[in-house]
Parts: sequence; structure tokens; C-alpha cells
Amino acid sequence: MAKGVARSTAEPMGWSKWLLRGHSALVYAFFYAPIAVLTFYSFNESQIVGRWTGFSMRWYGDFLENDNVQQSIWVSVKVCIASTLISVVLGTLAALSIERFRWWGQKAFDAVLYLPIIIPDVTMAVMLMVFFSETAEWFNVIPGVDLSEGLEKLVLSHVAFNISFVSVVVRARLTNLDATMEEAAADLYANRWQTFRRVTLPQIMPGVLGGALLAVTLSLDDVVVSSFVSAVGATPVSVYVFGMLRKGVSPLINAVSVVILAASMALVIASLVLERVTNSPKGPEEE
Amino acid sequence: MTEVATPGLELQAERAESRRGFLLGLPAVVYLVVFFVIPLGIVIAYSFATRTRTGRTELRDWNLEAYERLGESVVRAVAFRSLWIAVASTLICLALAYPLAYFISTRKPATRNLLLVAVMIPFWSNFLIRTYAWRVLLDSDGLFTRVAAEVGFGDGRILFTNKAVILGLVYGYLPFMVLPLYAAIERIDWSLVEGARDLYASGWAAFRRVVWPLSKPGVIAGSILVFVPSFGAYVTPAILGGNKKGLVGSYIVDQFMDARNGPLGASLSVMVLAVMLIGTLVYFRQGGRNL
Amino acid sequence: MADTITDPTGAATATSNAVQLSGVTKRFGDVVAVDDLDLSITDGEFFSLLGPSGCGKTTTLRMIAGLELPTQGSVKIHGEEMGLRPPNKRPVNTVFQSYALFPHMDVRANVGFGLEMRKVDKAERDEQIAWAIDLVEMGGMGHRKPGQLSGGQQQRVALARALVNRPEVLLLDEPLGALDLKLRQQMQTELKNLQREVGITFVYVTHDQEEAVTMSDRIGVMHEGRLLQVDTPEAIYERPTTRFVADFIGRTNFLEATVAGRDEVVLANGDRLRLSSDHADGTAVAVTVRPERLTVHGRGQAPDDQHRIDGVLESAVYLGNAIIYTISIDWMRLEVRCPATLAGHRRSAGDDVTVSFEPEHASVVVG
Repeated sequence: MAKGVARSTAEPMGWSKWLLRGHSALVYAFFYAPIAVLTFYSFNESQIVGRWTGFSMRWYGDFLENDNVQQSIWVSVKVCIASTLISVVLGTLAALSIERFRWWGQKAFDAVLYLPIIIPDVTMAVMLMVFFSETAEWFNVIPGVDLSEGLEKLVLSHVAFNISFVSVVVRARLTNLDATMEEAAADLYANRWQTFRRVTLPQIMPGVLGGALLAVTLSLDDVVVSSFVSAVGATPVSVYVFGMLRKGVSPLINAVSVVILAASMALVIASLVLERVTNSPKGPEEE
Repeated sequence: MTEVATPGLELQAERAESRRGFLLGLPAVVYLVVFFVIPLGIVIAYSFATRTRTGRTELRDWNLEAYERLGESVVRAVAFRSLWIAVASTLICLALAYPLAYFISTRKPATRNLLLVAVMIPFWSNFLIRTYAWRVLLDSDGLFTRVAAEVGFGDGRILFTNKAVILGLVYGYLPFMVLPLYAAIERIDWSLVEGARDLYASGWAAFRRVVWPLSKPGVIAGSILVFVPSFGAYVTPAILGGNKKGLVGSYIVDQFMDARNGPLGASLSVMVLAVMLIGTLVYFRQGGRNL
Repeated sequence: MADTITDPTGAATATSNAVQLSGVTKRFGDVVAVDDLDLSITDGEFFSLLGPSGCGKTTTLRMIAGLELPTQGSVKIHGEEMGLRPPNKRPVNTVFQSYALFPHMDVRANVGFGLEMRKVDKAERDEQIAWAIDLVEMGGMGHRKPGQLSGGQQQRVALARALVNRPEVLLLDEPLGALDLKLRQQMQTELKNLQREVGITFVYVTHDQEEAVTMSDRIGVMHEGRLLQVDTPEAIYERPTTRFVADFIGRTNFLEATVAGRDEVVLANGDRLRLSSDHADGTAVAVTVRPERLTVHGRGQAPDDQHRIDGVLESAVYLGNAIIYTISIDWMRLEVRCPATLAGHRRSAGDDVTVSFEPEHASVVVG
């Protein structure tokens, strides 16, 4: 490629080179400084957030003793696990159905599948809230279903947007998977299930895992949809924190925030590592 | 011997295959119809429905009243404020992201990946908490406020103003701008720039005549990716914005909660959705694909 | 009449057909990929389907494998109608152009995949895998992943993975296409030897005429979905029946002509040539003669028993082992290829010459 040769042309010279570097450094500082400040103040001993009086872990201690926060974290974890499992299965099936088959109405389904990704949180939240209030009696007719608890509504709502995200990620993987691989398996006496189990699934696994991580992240991140469908007694941590911090800053929220931030960053880094591993030279057909 | 031709077999097999594909997608189809298409339908129905005196929405006497109310000055003011805040956030993001994307794409591959990862990490980290971090900085005795006052920007207080909202949106959605811009600039064949330089173009002229036009798809993609969520934002203005100056997102919520005006909330939602759809269609026209 | 052989050259040895296609047509929407194709492939032969890209040869192969179903017509393997049978229930195996090796399995797992699917027990399987890996000379590489192999090695694994199942017919879709020239030539010989060794019917799809000619017992030439000619490589080269076949395989000269009775054609300059053809009187045809079958003499020095045409030497190009003369005759140019050992007789541009050829070296073609 000519790129190696020509990079020198791309890099501006003289003062503009340093201007570019300085700007980039500032943007990175902009990205990370607020997070750093937040983390710093979470170790502040003072009751008043802005006044540094000394290092202390007391707010993390408070966090550990706060039953409401603990409870909301458990709600989030339960909702996250359930909605991720359901949306990974449904999303992967949808991806296979669209990428590997042709059927009547497929185009319409494909379009609908994109909508939850682009629709604004607020619209989605309003839709689901109105839907659950209009249809509450219908659902209660089904034996064993009681949506008043809120936990089920949260799971159902999170799946509604996560299916789409999972299927987009899995589809990207499927389009890159040479379909002759599946033909070869069929040619070698594998039936459809064996072909999927032994050839297709192992190769789209990074996509499935990537989709699952995305679903986990989105489920834990969601504030708007959750605050509209959650009921008393089943408040996920994001909604709980949102409610608290609308009232103002407090050292306790700082500590809770840092914990949540650390968890979400761990997820990102896990997914980036996953990507790195599956794209290594030993992995599936990279150029 | 019998006729060897087997017309119809191919069709029969195709139909079976197509049925199989449909069945595979069926669970997701049913799920999305129940938990997405029907709710969307209900909201659209709401926008044409009647509001009773007590604030209940009843699905009868279909009318366009809620859409007519979109023209009222209060609603217009909210929509206009959302619009200019979204446009301002988009332009600031573009101004910040373009040089950064240019910088990243002119690094060595190893450095490039590292710099990209550094953009991705905040991109996927909890949005709510990242917005809250600014609340801490902008608080009356927050670091930002004190530094700004020190440097001489009045009392340095911008919390609960549109400025704070724009700052929060830029912070939240900047990665949406950097990534597509990077993708567009990285793809540019630098020998074209060399060609331009060879034809006596100055560095700046080569940029303006070659690099900028070639990176335009990235500019458009990034702008839409920032504009669309900024326009419908709810969390950022709720945390950093003032109570008096609602944006479309919070105004919609108000209609369903306090004001108990379902039809108006619904018609506003439909409008916001329409803006998103147009934005997305333009995005796909530009050949944008992944997030 | 299911098992009768329609084509004369294959008939002598054929007792059974490995593959029989009757009236096979494949349409993709409005495009006819394969058009009413009849073909019998004899048990144990190395058969090539040759043609330019898009001629329908790969589609034909895929219909035998069951990866596509014919729009019309029947596919039989060893006399058994395949109908709607899916690929995994057909007694054939395929070597794909891209090899399609499973990247997440090592060489042994790839080779053993078919046996495993057919529930061959472990001990038997290991033995067969070892045999197949040995057969393609990949011993010691069993634990490598496809990503760690060169193109040639991957090709061998793909071959072993198919052969280990001892299919009744092995289908090969341009398997050497991705290899460089030298490796390709080496693999041609190896493939041919391998086929003799295992005695399995090979159906080989290629666009490379040299490859087809070197390896095949018989070649079927395809063009625009039709099978134009099925014959031995020699017959295809020496006695093409259509202009396309003559042109696609090797270089040749076409002399426009008209049929005049069963045994005679009239060239454009009025010369009469004794050549038999099945075409009706007055049919516009071409007489094709390979450049190396033409001889150049000084004007008037050509032997009487050959057909002669006078012309002027236009240019001579020395190729090392041969000389290519371009000779202009009244109404066209001819290409003549002479062995370079006759360098002493080298002629120069502007010479008056006579070109001659034996009538049996010429063929009448249509199209």
C-alpha cells in the first residue's frame, strides 16, 4: 500500500503540526478529566463534594451499608441477565433468518428490526409505558403472569431494544462468514443442525458474545425506558441513581457512580479484548 | 422410460427453505410486533385520540387537535430550543472531532489502535454517570466553576443553563463524531494528497481541495449520529439543564406525567420519530453503516 | 434407455454412468444459467467441464452436489434419481474453489468431519484420516489450523477431506485456481495420479483449457449454459465442431467457407476443399486449421497432395522454440507456427509464399 510512503504528506508541518497535537491532547483530557475528578472526589472525606478535606473510604462504606442501593443493584443484575439471555437467543435467530434465508415480508422485518436502534429513548419509553398501561388487563389474563411487579416489565422492555442490537452485531459477523463453509459442511454429510452447531455457531461466536456484551451494557445503562416502566419495589440502579442525582450532588452518589463506571469500563475493556483475541492471526479468516 | 423433467421440484424446495427461514425469525418477529410495533401503533393512535376533562386519553372521536397544538408558541419554543441546542452541539462536536480524527488517522497503526480504544472506552461507559461527572464539576463549588471564575468568566456558573446542556451533549456524543470521521479520513488514499502537492498545492489547499471533500461522508454520518440523539435528549437536560427551559424530550415526558395530555405527548413523539427517521435515511443514503 | 451412452467415444468402455444429467435447465430469475443439458459421465473417468466464467459449469457441478436444484431435468448418480435430495444425503463430495476449510478446526478435524457426521467409529475414523492425510502428503501437519497452512497445503487438505469419504464421485470446482502457476502445474500431475490411484470418478470444473487438456479423459466444453462438445482432449483439439470450441482451446485460423455437398466446402476465394460435414448445402461455415498444422513454402513449392493457398509473408516473430509467421492471403491473414529448428529456412517480410495443410488437419465448424 502507498499509505506508508505518504503518511508524511498527511502530517501537517511546522506550527500546525503542534497545534494538531495540542488540540488532540486537550480533547483526550476533555474525555477523561471529568471521570478522573469524579473518582477523586469519591474519596473525599468531606460531606461537601467540592471541598477537599482529606482521603477517606467512608462513602464506599456507606454505599455497602445502604440497603436501597444494594437492592437496586440486584434488580439491575437480574433484569440484565434475563434480558440479555432472551435477546441473544432471539437476536441470533433473527440474524440467521435474515442473512441466510429469503422469505416473504423479510424486508419489512429487517426495517422494523432497525427501528429500536434509532428511536429516541423518550419515544421508546413513552411507547412501552402506554402499552403496559393499556394492556395490563390482557396480560393478567394469562395464568401465572403478573406484570404489576415491575421486574417482568423491565425485562420485556429491555429485550425489546436489545434484540435489534444483538442481531446487528451477529449479522455483521454472518455476512463476513463465507457461506460456502456451510455448503461444505452439508456436502460432508452434516444435517442442518449439525452444520449450525459445528460450523456456523463456532464462527459467529465472537459476534454472539459481542452482542451479549452490548446487551449487558445497554441494559445497565438504560435510564429512560426503565424509569417509565419500573414499579415501586423494582427500581434498577440506574433509575435509583438518576432519581438521587436530580436532587443534587452528594458524596454517596459519587461513590456509587464510580462503582458503576468501573463496572461499565470493565465491560468495554472485556469486549475490546475479546475482539482482539478473535481477530488475531490464528482466528477465523482474516485477510 | 418416464419423463425425466422435474419442474416444480425447485420451487417446492425453495418454498420449504423460505418457510424454514421464516420460522427461525418468527420468535423475534412476534416479540417485536407485540413489544414494539403495537406500542408504536398505540402511541400513534394516541396522537389522534381525545383527551377527556380529567386528563384521560380515550381512543375515540379521532381528531388532529394534538397536531394543531404543535403550532402553539409554547410548543414551538421548546422544539426550536431543542433544534438549536442540537445544531450547536453537532457543530462543536465537528470542530473538536475533525482535527482529532485527522490526528489519529495519521499515526502509525499501533498508536492509532491505542488512540481509538481511548475514544471507545468513554463511548461505552455509563452515560448517566459521565453526565453526572459534569454536574460535580459545574456545581457552585465545583472545580470547573472555581477555575472559570478565577480566569475571569464572571462567577463561572453555567449549571442549569443551555450552555451546560450543550457541554453535556458534546461530552456525551463526541465519540459518535470521532469514529465515523476517523473511518472516512483513514480510507483516503494519501497518494492523492501527494498528487495535489506535486501540482503545487500548498498544505492547506491540498486539505481543502482533496482531504475535506473525500472525508465529507464521515462528516455527514457523524453529524447525524450526534444531532439525532441530541435532539431527543432527556437525561442530559434533566441533570444539567434548568427546570424552566425544557427540551422536546422532557416536554414529552411532562405531557404524559404532570400535564396529563397523552395526545399532545404522542403527537410530539411522532414528530421526533419522524426527525430521526429522516436523519437515518439520509445517513444510509450516505452509505453509512455501523454505529 | 436410461443408461445408454449417446456420445460415441465414451461408449466403448462405458458400462455404467457415474453421473447422468438429462434435460437439465437452471434458471436464476430471468437468467438461464444452464440450458437443457444432457451429459453422461462414465464411472472412473476424469471428466472436465471447461468454459469461460459464467458459462454455467459451476452451476452444473453444484446441481450434481445438490447445492442447487435444477429448474428442470433429472440428475442421476449411479442410476439413482437425486430429485430433492439435500447435499448431505448424496454420495458425492466437493472440493470448493475457496477450499472452505473450517478455520476453527485443525487439519485432522477437518478431514474427519465427514466421517464423524456419518458416525464412523473413532478407531476406524483415525485410520481413515491418517490414510487421507498421507495420500495428499500432509503427514505431520495434522494439528495445524487452516490459517497456518499455505494455499497449496490448504488445497491438499480440502482434497483429503473430500477423498476420505470415498465418494462415488468427486466434484472439483476450479480447485487450483488460487495457486500460482508453478504449483498449479505440479498439482495437475498429482491430481491426475491421485485419481488413477483411488479410481474415483472426478468431475473437474475449470476455465483453463491447458489444465483440462492435460488431466482429463474427456472434456465437455460449455458456453452460455450449453454443452457444445463432449470428447477426448485430442478430439476436441483436432476436430472441434463449433467455432467457439476451436477458438477457446488453443490458437487457430478460421477460413470462412460455404458447404457444397456432403464432401466439399468452398472457401471465400472460390477454392474447393474436400472436407466432409453434416451441414446442409449452402450453410455458412468456417474451416479451422491450427497454426502448427500449416506449412510455409516458397511460392509454388508446396506438395501437390496438400491444400495450398498463395500469400505474402507479413511478419515473422521468433519465439525461441518456434517462429510465428503472419501471412496475408487475398481475403484475410493466417497465423503459422513453425518449429524453430528450421531457422535456416527463415523467411523475411515481403516474401511471396504458399501455405499448405493436409485436408485431415482441417475441420468444419459452425457458429
